[in-house]
Amino acid sequence: MMNTHIYVENNKAIEIKKIPTLNYDEFYNIAVELLPKEEVHCVNYFGFPYGEKLKFICAFADDKEHKIALLSYEFENKNVKDLNLKSLTETFPAMHIFEREINENFGIMFQGHPWLKPIRFPHNRYDKKLQISQYPFYQIESEQLHEVGVGPIHAGVIEPGHFRFICNGENVLSLEIQLGWQHRGIENLFLKNENWLGRNLLAENIAGDTAIGHASTFASAIESLAGIKISKRLKIERMIALELERIATNTGDMSALCTDIAYQLGAAVFGILRTPIVNFTQRWCGNRLGKGMIRIGGTHYPLTPELRRELHEVLKKYKKKFLEMAHQCYHLVSLQDRFDDIGTLTKKQVRLIGAVGMAARMAGLPRDIRKSHPSGGYEFVNYEPITLESGDVFARFLLRSKEIQESLKLIENIISNDSVFAETDDMFEVDKPLTIQKDSFVLSLTEGWRGEICHTAITDNKGDLLFYKIKDPSLHNWKALELSLRNLEISDFPINNKSYNLSYAGNDL
Amino acid sequence: MIETLKILAHHGMQYIPDVKAVNLPTPYRGRPVISDAKVDENKLANMCPLKAIGKNPLSIDLGKCSFCGECAFKCPEKIKFTQDYKLSASRREDLIIKPGENKLLKVNPKYVRDEIKKVFGRSIKLRQISAGGDNSAELELNASSNANFDMGRFGIEFVASPRHADGIVITGPISQNMAEAVKICYDAVPDPKIVVLCGTDAISGGLFEKSPAVNRTFLDSIKVDLFICGNPPHPLTIVNGILQLIGR
Repeated sequence: MMNTHIYVENNKAIEIKKIPTLNYDEFYNIAVELLPKEEVHCVNYFGFPYGEKLKFICAFADDKEHKIALLSYEFENKNVKDLNLKSLTETFPAMHIFEREINENFGIMFQGHPWLKPIRFPHNRYDKKLQISQYPFYQIESEQLHEVGVGPIHAGVIEPGHFRFICNGENVLSLEIQLGWQHRGIENLFLKNENWLGRNLLAENIAGDTAIGHASTFASAIESLAGIKISKRLKIERMIALELERIATNTGDMSALCTDIAYQLGAAVFGILRTPIVNFTQRWCGNRLGKGMIRIGGTHYPLTPELRRELHEVLKKYKKKFLEMAHQCYHLVSLQDRFDDIGTLTKKQVRLIGAVGMAARMAGLPRDIRKSHPSGGYEFVNYEPITLESGDVFARFLLRSKEIQESLKLIENIISNDSVFAETDDMFEVDKPLTIQKDSFVLSLTEGWRGEICHTAITDNKGDLLFYKIKDPSLHNWKALELSLRNLEISDFPINNKSYNLSYAGNDL
Repeated sequence: MIETLKILAHHGMQYIPDVKAVNLPTPYRGRPVISDAKVDENKLANMCPLKAIGKNPLSIDLGKCSFCGECAFKCPEKIKFTQDYKLSASRREDLIIKPGENKLLKVNPKYVRDEIKKVFGRSIKLRQISAGGDNSAELELNASSNANFDMGRFGIEFVASPRHADGIVITGPISQNMAEAVKICYDAVPDPKIVVLCGTDAISGGLFEKSPAVNRTFLDSIKVDLFICGNPPHPLTIVNGILQLIGR
């Protein structure tokens, strides 16, 4: 068993040579053995130039055993363009996005993959002749059906993407989402940027609504590579920041959902309630979205007793007003009528497409890194994921409300515990040199508010970054939005879109 | 009905009465001031990943600055970030902060086209375009219209179509993949029209300035009317910037 793959834990760096190198058939066979288990899913699978070779690493997280299996295979660079590998997607559709990415980056074909479409049109893609305006949409030839194209620029103040609907009258038969418009080459900039502060800032700019999620995933990965052990206090503070980010965005999303059903009171009140939370984040670290909060190995902003008192007051007021509004929503017939049984996905479907985070939990699949691969502050709390069964827009609305309440409970319990904060905090020093482990690999998972964020860092023989891979949960979950729209009226698109609130920047990188 | 009224009563008035005079608490990082203290300028300039710090004399380009505040932590006797959130100007060079200066940054009416105040002074409708950003400026633009900041009371609103707009607000460094769409959208706005660059990424490209995936040539062909600084800009920064532009 151990000579085919190796198990690691979240945020535990290992030497890269400890990952056994297989040939593709061996890799395929082991993947086929691991993937059928419900508790196993692929958290990342990518290729990168490794000397004269192209090296592939695939990570399967086992949520029951709290371990991550790493598999690897390699090809000579010069042989890559003629490769035609047996596709895993044929048996495990959740792998579709990773094989598409590998195909887009390196031109490798996967035999049996239903359609190797581009996922982001990166500047360093294999086929530079293919432009973003030439995306190969699924097409129909029928006099009864029509197509509706929306984007890349949308009606609201939101990120760009192109949505193509195939409709039979008002009914949507198929929705296809084309992304890549936000691509700014961020992964490569991690390698080009010569200082760690620059990389730290990049991590805060992967997806602005998940600044704390991505930055803390980055910091944990680098701390592991540099052998930095941060204090329990700092771990807890990062967890509080992440939970505040979760409360703020979920509240904002509930406001947006109310906006789209023209429920003015809910839209205004949830919108107002987001403000004290982001304002507290600003009071803590100077930025409403938490930029500046997370730094490698330390912080400039310890959570002082005064701030903890303020936070306690803010949350107390928030909670009362939030519960009042949320309960009003649960009983509102006009809201139920618009949310119930709309955009339903089953547990089987979300598992097939590899959905993560709230998009999995809303249909009964308990994927939550806080429980399955706890790291940082979550090592000290016993977080139990919340799952719902119905998988519709209402489930996504209700799940947000429930997760907010869990986050409130978690923060309230921990900030009242003075012993946690008795320890001195790790202070950040910008020019403190980092000694990074050479020829190493680390995988870092965090449960951001959308779902699992996965960062992977690989170092070379000098201890520099050789490769940095970012995966935002949206990469998996866009497929959930596409499926939710099937057989719905096209007018139900906005509430479905808001009910997932996926990241374009996180997908496009 | 009673429950609805109760909720309304519990929230009361939520809007900020005077958006021009709000005291933001520390450690919010607004307009920096640079002292005359003698420091190793090279060291400070080199530590900034965005190359926002210039030398001889030491200066900070707010169009490049991401307001991370690390320079102020490194050299508190030289650089201090104040809580002044008014961070907009209509000329790119006005965004550069020099030593010993502690004057407010504002849109100088001298450099604003006359027609802007005349045509848009009482109502302005904008079309926002995200072009390679991280969605943070978008979040703050949305917040500017919420019940707290309530930009709508000044007649400033975002609209769905460029054809209904008086100008565009660009966020993000303008990715290669969005370059064409930005141009098409700009062309679709009827004259006279304004262009606003919102956030570090849009103003200078920020961390992405040198990325091969970014294409900023669109900006060479147009005149920018307003630069709103911040990463992302605070909603108050956004509201004040637009108000200053339209002369209010």
